[in-house]
Amino acid sequence: MKMVMTGNYASAYGAKVCRAEVISAYPITPQTSIVEKIATLVSSGEMKAQFVKVESEHSAMAALISASMAGARTYTATSSHGLLLMHELLIWSAGARTPIVMSNVCRANGPPWSVWVDHHDSIAQRDTGWMQVFCEGNQEVLDSIIMGYKLSEREDIRLPTMINEDAFILSHTVEPVDVPDMELVDSFLPPYNPRFRLDVDEPYGFGSLVMPDMYMEFRYKLNEAMEAARQGWRDVEKDFEKHFGRNHGGLVEFYQCEGADAVLIMAGSIASTAKDVVDKLRSQGKKVGLARIRVFRPFPVEEIRKLAGMTNILAMCDHSYTFGHWGPMAQEVRGALYGTKDMPMLKNYIVGLGGKDMTPEVIEKLFLKTLELKSGLDSEIEWIGVKGHGEW
Amino acid sequence: MTKEQLKGVYKTYQDLPLTPITSVNSAANQTGFWKTFKPVLDSAKCIKCGICWKFCPDVAVLMEEDQLPTFDLKHCKGCGICANECPKQAITMVMEGDSE
Repeated sequence: MKMVMTGNYASAYGAKVCRAEVISAYPITPQTSIVEKIATLVSSGEMKAQFVKVESEHSAMAALISASMAGARTYTATSSHGLLLMHELLIWSAGARTPIVMSNVCRANGPPWSVWVDHHDSIAQRDTGWMQVFCEGNQEVLDSIIMGYKLSEREDIRLPTMINEDAFILSHTVEPVDVPDMELVDSFLPPYNPRFRLDVDEPYGFGSLVMPDMYMEFRYKLNEAMEAARQGWRDVEKDFEKHFGRNHGGLVEFYQCEGADAVLIMAGSIASTAKDVVDKLRSQGKKVGLARIRVFRPFPVEEIRKLAGMTNILAMCDHSYTFGHWGPMAQEVRGALYGTKDMPMLKNYIVGLGGKDMTPEVIEKLFLKTLELKSGLDSEIEWIGVKGHGEW
Repeated sequence: MTKEQLKGVYKTYQDLPLTPITSVNSAANQTGFWKTFKPVLDSAKCIKCGICWKFCPDVAVLMEEDQLPTFDLKHCKGCGICANECPKQAITMVMEGDSE
């Protein structure tokens, strides 16, 4: 059924149509309306789930790890400092191979205190073993939760998934969203049924000590699962399209990239604005394109290498920074491209931190600036729109 | 993977479950090989007071009432607390591999 809703309600309905059985969450701006909505759905009986109230995000994730080990389908949502507080348990849940699906509303970390969009929270969880998806719109937010469970619960994957939606731009902005019938979702997503689970009648201990001769073997298994997940996402999205009649562009969505003079790479809702700018510039005869990184973990190495064959100039627009050198996604793109034949030029723009507005005008300026790089790379990394720094 | 396979000996990473799973408690983890020194009792000096049994942080001193203590070397990590606390200096810490 088509409804008009925020990204946060799309998340809540995503958990509902997937029949998540255990929800545990702690409120934080701008995530709160996700768990408020779920609490309403549970209390009215529309959603048959147990809602476990906890005193922190750390406890929320701990509760879900246990519930998932008991064989329940689990869901939570958080943002920013809540996600950071979960960090230890994120690593645990991946190592324990619990297929938890979580929505993260991407928000800046403090100080300075901020509640606006920024990807530093999710990027800081890059190495936890979680799969990560960055969404462009509210339909994708809901659909990615369904796809997330499908892939997370696959026995050769069994990794948790984080669905990232941008603070306010998606979380509190309404769009038309098709909420699929639960029966249709059932036909795509069977109940979760792990062979080994917490069970008083057949007791096991999970995540126990191993000696140095076996630790690396378990980590290698986790690595293998993450590697397999790259093809897994492609397969799941194809399967999803068969059932639901839509897709969201694969691991990296290419928009007018083939034969472009310059391509900007982005992740999240900013890509939606940038597509309009691409259309405008194309109508003026300027050959620009946009590549949207949708799945960030596992990193889409093949897609990025394919992109390198489409253009000579790439510019990664990072919505966060790894203090030290480079934006995090630029590092990954550069790593994937290094050593490939005819490696394109790569520029790194640091944009929109803490919700600094990325308007069509700013994005158009970025495209034009990137086209000028034909004559040579001016600098590798450039922060965009910092008052007193550069021409912006 | 079946419950029977869980009891097996793992030769390669492919034989392992996704995460460590055990159907026994942590006493099955024989951590005694961590030690460098092992406790050795001089039974002539021991007064069977049980202080070593009380202090051992790893429940590796085994003692029945009115009996001499013995050491569970499969779990003793060689910390030497028993030797330090013994009021009669009846326990000596000896380097693993050295003769008693």
